[in-house]
Amino acid sequence: MLAKRIIPCLDIKNGRTVKGINFENIRDAGDPVELAMYYSQQGADELVFLDITATVEKRKTLVDLVKKIAANINIPFTVGGGISSVENAFELLQNGADKISINTAAFKNSDLIDAMAKEFGSQCVVLAIDAKKESDENWYVYLNGGRSKTETLAYDWAKKGIELGAGEILLTSMNNDGTKGGFAEDITSLFSKTLAIPIIASGGAGTMKDFADVFLHANADAALAASVFHFGEIKIPELKRFLSEQNISVRF
Amino acid sequence: MNVAIIKYNAGNVQSVLYALQRLGTMSSVTDDPDEIISADKVIFPGVGNAASAMNYLKEKKLDELIVSLRQPVLGICLGLQLLCNSSEEGNTKCLGIFDSVVKKFDDTVFQNKNLVPYKIPHMGWNTIDHLSSPLMNGISEDSFVYFVHSYYAQLSSETVATTDYINPFSAAMHKDNFYGVQFHTEKSGLTGEQILKNFLNIK
Repeated sequence: MLAKRIIPCLDIKNGRTVKGINFENIRDAGDPVELAMYYSQQGADELVFLDITATVEKRKTLVDLVKKIAANINIPFTVGGGISSVENAFELLQNGADKISINTAAFKNSDLIDAMAKEFGSQCVVLAIDAKKESDENWYVYLNGGRSKTETLAYDWAKKGIELGAGEILLTSMNNDGTKGGFAEDITSLFSKTLAIPIIASGGAGTMKDFADVFLHANADAALAASVFHFGEIKIPELKRFLSEQNISVRF
Repeated sequence: MNVAIIKYNAGNVQSVLYALQRLGTMSSVTDDPDEIISADKVIFPGVGNAASAMNYLKEKKLDELIVSLRQPVLGICLGLQLLCNSSEEGNTKCLGIFDSVVKKFDDTVFQNKNLVPYKIPHMGWNTIDHLSSPLMNGISEDSFVYFVHSYYAQLSSETVATTDYINPFSAAMHKDNFYGVQFHTEKSGLTGEQILKNFLNIK
């Protein structure tokens, strides 16, 4: 049976892992390669690396890091952060990344999704959407790491992204991110129950029950978290035992 | 040991190379016929489109070369699919080693009566069962391995591992010196490493 995936996310700045609380107040949480190996031994199903300071000059640092990660871990990993061209994506895939996550660049130039899907296949293309629920109860797309609001509904953008060839959606609720109050079940559920590609829920993980809830109630295909893993508040083997006891299919 | 990884236009070649490196085996990525023919083991990886991959192989005359190989050959993902008779992806005639047809997952099937769609691609960790062949030595039934694909090889008498997603399909195949896995051994944790090791140990 297909397992629900547990995905630690490593935010990378200057080659180090960081975690932004509500996308600000960044704290240092270690060396990415070491952390990656640790998580893969702990039973993480996949890893996501987001380069939050991706600039042209930093690109080479990221490529070197991808190479080191790929040489050392035996589970799939996604790389994202500032990737805005097929050439950027190609370089990372060539060096061992399994998937590329695109966000702002895809929104500003949706041909990027189509071009990447045609060049590398949809399975490589993860569309990351930062969504925020406004006072009108609608979820809107935010860009630039959550700093710029758009007038586009997250769901409409997701549907368009899928038509263009996205193979997976990484859905982050900005309302929940950093709160440790649980995942956003409403929008995750809407996405996962009506869209025909895998949905990774992100933002808000605080307890093991939060993971169970997003799998059982919102039907997420995978759940992503950062600080609860980085600071050892939740240990992946315990989390998997807990989920398994709730009859959720997980990989051991 | 000398392992050749076939270089062509559909590759997750680097990951395979790294996985072999972790097992202490050096390999070369090559499209040179002599180098491929003289290798002890050949790995035929691939992520991408069946039609464009077959066109490329034909252009480079690698199609004839691959079917003529006598040493153990392992097709991974698209590699397995290209070793079958044909693929629905671009209605492509393939290499015809495995007597199986590659079909697209049916996207009109729902997970439950609430009309939740099955997700395609089949992406993530799933179990393999009905294991046979030396490729699966030491692997327990229902071990998890990592899949990413939208097309699958139908079950056949050459199926040596089965996975069920929407319908049962060939997770691994074996005929003579040809082996194929639909999942990514190079990304399947310790189980994947054991299967790669098994392949390297085949005489």
